[in-house]
Amino acid sequence: MEKVKIGTIWLDACSGCHMSMLDMDERLLELSERIEMVYGPLVDYKTIPENVDVFLVSGSVSTDKEMDYVKKIRENTKIVASFGDCAVTGNLPSMRNPVGTRDILQEVYSQEGNPCSQLPGMSEDTPLPRLLKRARPVHEVIEVDQFIQGCPPHADLIHLIVSELLEGRTPRRGIRTMFG
Amino acid sequence: MVAHLNRKRRDPVRTRRKVKTLKINGLDVSGTDEQTILEVARENDISIPTLCTLEGLSNIGACRICLVEVEGARRLLPACATLIDEGMVVKTKTPRVVEYRRKLVELLFAEKNHYCAVCVSNGHCELQQLAEDLGVDHIRYPYVYPELNVDATHAELGVDHNRCVLCQRCVRVCDELEGAHTWDMMDRGENTRVVTDMHQNWGESKTCTECGKCVQVCPTGALFKKGSAVGELEKETEFLPYLKVMREEQ
Repeated sequence: MEKVKIGTIWLDACSGCHMSMLDMDERLLELSERIEMVYGPLVDYKTIPENVDVFLVSGSVSTDKEMDYVKKIRENTKIVASFGDCAVTGNLPSMRNPVGTRDILQEVYSQEGNPCSQLPGMSEDTPLPRLLKRARPVHEVIEVDQFIQGCPPHADLIHLIVSELLEGRTPRRGIRTMFG
Repeated sequence: MVAHLNRKRRDPVRTRRKVKTLKINGLDVSGTDEQTILEVARENDISIPTLCTLEGLSNIGACRICLVEVEGARRLLPACATLIDEGMVVKTKTPRVVEYRRKLVELLFAEKNHYCAVCVSNGHCELQQLAEDLGVDHIRYPYVYPELNVDATHAELGVDHNRCVLCQRCVRVCDELEGAHTWDMMDRGENTRVVTDMHQNWGESKTCTECGKCVQVCPTGALFKKGSAVGELEKETEFLPYLKVMREEQ
């Protein structure tokens, strides 16, 4: 049987969703017989591969670079899943949204009330990814086929949904999931 | 609009309640003419999701989550604020109703800043639970991200407007049971907020008795006890109906 090509990525997130994925423990071994990991934090590919079957996207879309990533992922993937609350709702990265990008950077990088003259990622010629005006949930940027809620999603839920996705199904209804 | 619902207890000798029969989801049920669709449905184990309604408080139909279809009515009607009538045909689970409820919950999430993961009420929140029950797995509307403040001037209690769904339970419990009427509403539309006194700091309120009932009835983490960490705040509302009965008998 041909293995299902699966990719994972973490955008603006804390890595907790990937940690929870590791909590699948021995079930990972079963899964590993059916999948080929083509992209992820532990896979040494530099670009988003083509012809991916399932992509788990964790984290919100917060920078121009992340925007490019998700667009590429959508182009190259059959089933895209928003993986965890940051991807699904914006969650903690979006806490900066009501405040505004410049104000929040100034707040973080100013020292004892002295305004900071250089804010990371704000100038035109910066090598750093530039912050978007708002941290956005993935489905606001690209079409998403499956939502996996939770901060982080429980390992059992990840296993259940990934197992379904590997069969080519997107179980949008009937599985009880919750924000937070 | 709902004045007829804030009914006084009738004198059981002088007035007789009239029994009305109706159909809910095809089931023949009955109740008295002072009962709402929601009350009769619950008596018959027919669940209708709610958010603003709470046993022991008056019904104001603020959240519209309990909308149901009533044959002959063009609009959907709030089950908590609609009295039953003879021959009424009510449907509580039609695709139209379910979709409206989902939309309402999604709009509640979109219009304020709800971060379940770091909320004191995570795991005990009625809005979060409602989203799960209705199968809301993402929000289809663009988030508004309004800039809202937190009033932490009170020594022990606080209000975080980012999490407020404007159900007005706090307003009602403070007025109807505590008799203080510290809480009220201000402004309109998307600018609507709950306020203490005349939009003064809670900590400086002259009317607040510091009873804490508002915190207990708040369905989300908008009203909270200071010092609660993520997911630590569990609320108790079971006391309300008893308190109401005791107050009425005094």
